[in-house]
Amino acid sequence: MNRAQLRLGFILSALCVLIPLLAPLPLSTDPVAALMARPTMFLLTGVVVLLFALAASFRRLIAILFGLAAATCMAVMTLLLLRDPGIDGTAASGFWMLVLGVWLAAGLCVMVLADLKPQVAWTRRALDLAIPLLFGITVFYLWEVLVRGAGVPAVLLPPPSAAAAKFVSSLPVLSGDFVQTFIRGVLIGYVIGCGAGLLVAILAHRFEFLGRGLLPLGNFFSALPLVGVAPIMVMWFGFDWPSKAAVVALVTFFPMLVNALCGLSASGHIERDLMRSYGASYSQTLTKLYLPAAMPFIFNALKINATLALIGAIVAEFFGTPTQGIGFRISTEAGRMALDMVWAEIALAAIAGMVFYGLVAAAERATTFWHPSIRT
Amino acid sequence: MTSSAAALSLPRAAAWRQHPLAVRFTPIVTVVAALMVVWYIAAVLMNLSLVRGGFEREEAPYTTMELIAGTMEAERPLLPAPHQVAGAFLDGVFGYAPNAPRSLIYHSAVTLSATLLGFALGAGLGIALALSIVHSRVLERSLMPWIICSQMVPILALAPIFIVVLGAIGLQGLLPKSIISAYLSFFPITIGMVKGFNAPEPMQLDLMRTWSATSRQVLTRLRWPTAMPYLFASLKVAITISLIGAIVAELPTGAEAGIGARLLAGSYYGQTVQIWAALVAAAVLASGLIALVGLAERMVGRRMGTRA
Repeated sequence: MNRAQLRLGFILSALCVLIPLLAPLPLSTDPVAALMARPTMFLLTGVVVLLFALAASFRRLIAILFGLAAATCMAVMTLLLLRDPGIDGTAASGFWMLVLGVWLAAGLCVMVLADLKPQVAWTRRALDLAIPLLFGITVFYLWEVLVRGAGVPAVLLPPPSAAAAKFVSSLPVLSGDFVQTFIRGVLIGYVIGCGAGLLVAILAHRFEFLGRGLLPLGNFFSALPLVGVAPIMVMWFGFDWPSKAAVVALVTFFPMLVNALCGLSASGHIERDLMRSYGASYSQTLTKLYLPAAMPFIFNALKINATLALIGAIVAEFFGTPTQGIGFRISTEAGRMALDMVWAEIALAAIAGMVFYGLVAAAERATTFWHPSIRT
Repeated sequence: MTSSAAALSLPRAAAWRQHPLAVRFTPIVTVVAALMVVWYIAAVLMNLSLVRGGFEREEAPYTTMELIAGTMEAERPLLPAPHQVAGAFLDGVFGYAPNAPRSLIYHSAVTLSATLLGFALGAGLGIALALSIVHSRVLERSLMPWIICSQMVPILALAPIFIVVLGAIGLQGLLPKSIISAYLSFFPITIGMVKGFNAPEPMQLDLMRTWSATSRQVLTRLRWPTAMPYLFASLKVAITISLIGAIVAELPTGAEAGIGARLLAGSYYGQTVQIWAALVAAAVLASGLIALVGLAERMVGRRMGTRA
């Protein structure tokens, strides 16, 4: 995008602020026509227009900074307006012009940021974080404003602020659910499943006949909808966490088996010959050559399993739980139409999943730093 | 130490042992047979106390053989023996008319329709997302991290909400289930196709530029054909995932038909044999779907002139 387009975009965003102010007749019926009556709004409009003017007159990075500041001010304006009961739920076109302006300005900033190609490594990393973050904030902002402005009933889709408020106000319940589902069910099952998968893979690698029999079976089983065994596991191990851990262990076992078996045979002939010429025993070769060479594959399985494990545990909770757990809470609260609590639980599960995945990825970076996919 | 050792250890092996089919299938058959033996033993051990309790309640005298025979055909065993599962599966498939509510074909068809619709939606969405990501740097940098994050959200947890929301709009039945399986299955396709569309080498892209090809021509003549192997690899992953999605979506939504509903009903009434038969049906369905994708891959590959 060139500079003229960028300038045009910022001027258009400024117009979005000015239209409800200057031409109140057709566009805004009651809400923003009263903009003049609100001194803060009037002030903020002036600030926004000034910032957009500055943004339009500067170059790349400074322009973005001013544009972002202006977009933030506009977002604050819309959120302030939403506190007015006359606007909340029955917003008219003047209000939507403001929202449109925020969207336009934020979109422009994301587009310009994505075009930047900084040379310094840490700037690049910061940018890689900032762009999706800005995109995500814009999406959440639009969700909030659209739901509240258009008055979508909270039974259908609550605004993210309501879910966040519920999250904060019901931390004890959430932490209980987290411990029940994640610490007990997911983590224990994950460790058992991945550990067993790795052990069997080592056995299958040691005894080639077993390996040739197990690999096709492992491939077959890892393609099956294994979460279906959840009712059987609940029948065998009871309602509490052992049944969830059992489902998780079963679901994570086969991906680990297949990947680890693949990884254990990834070491080259030359390396194996070298180990033989050192007179290394099998256990030495295993720990010094086979396992390190298999690490990238093992971590691949660990990452795949991180998502599978959470799904397995939640599905197992549909078949019976003690009165705790993420899946249990979601199904009961959805039945009571308390969707803000449901979204809070989903946020909890998403955060837990992302942190879990992030930890596995960090461990991968720390242990397989020598692998080409990480080095570059 | 692997292949050469195996060859050396069988110096005077019979000729059939070296036949490629035998080399390939002997280990598999052995492992499967071993699993079956383990399954039978486990069935005896797990059902033993159940059957003994039954005998003692009737105060009938019993021998060990009768006890073991009883574990093989218990009404509601903890672990049904393989032949019971096979019998229930065959009975479910062939024993009833295809539209009877006890027929496994009927339930499989319900799940299959949700799976296929979800798979089609997911494949379309996945390819569209991959296309826009490949062609737009903005989307690549802003959307891609969120696509990866989206898989951290346990979508199955969202199933009840989807049902509520879509039910309020007036959508019921097939579509909510399909949306869940589409959400699950679009991800591998997007990831695979982004990789596939970017697979052409810089030299090939330069060649297209020297021919002054438009980006649409580059897409149809170069990127699509190069992405084909990636497409089918990710389709195979996606179709099993969308089957899982369809089955699991039937659980919290209280569906009346489908493999998931069969699992749920079996777990409510303690009908273990029914659960196992439904699981076998799911396995058959999954392998059939993968085989279909593999068939399509081979047909497309032949038309494109790839080496088999």
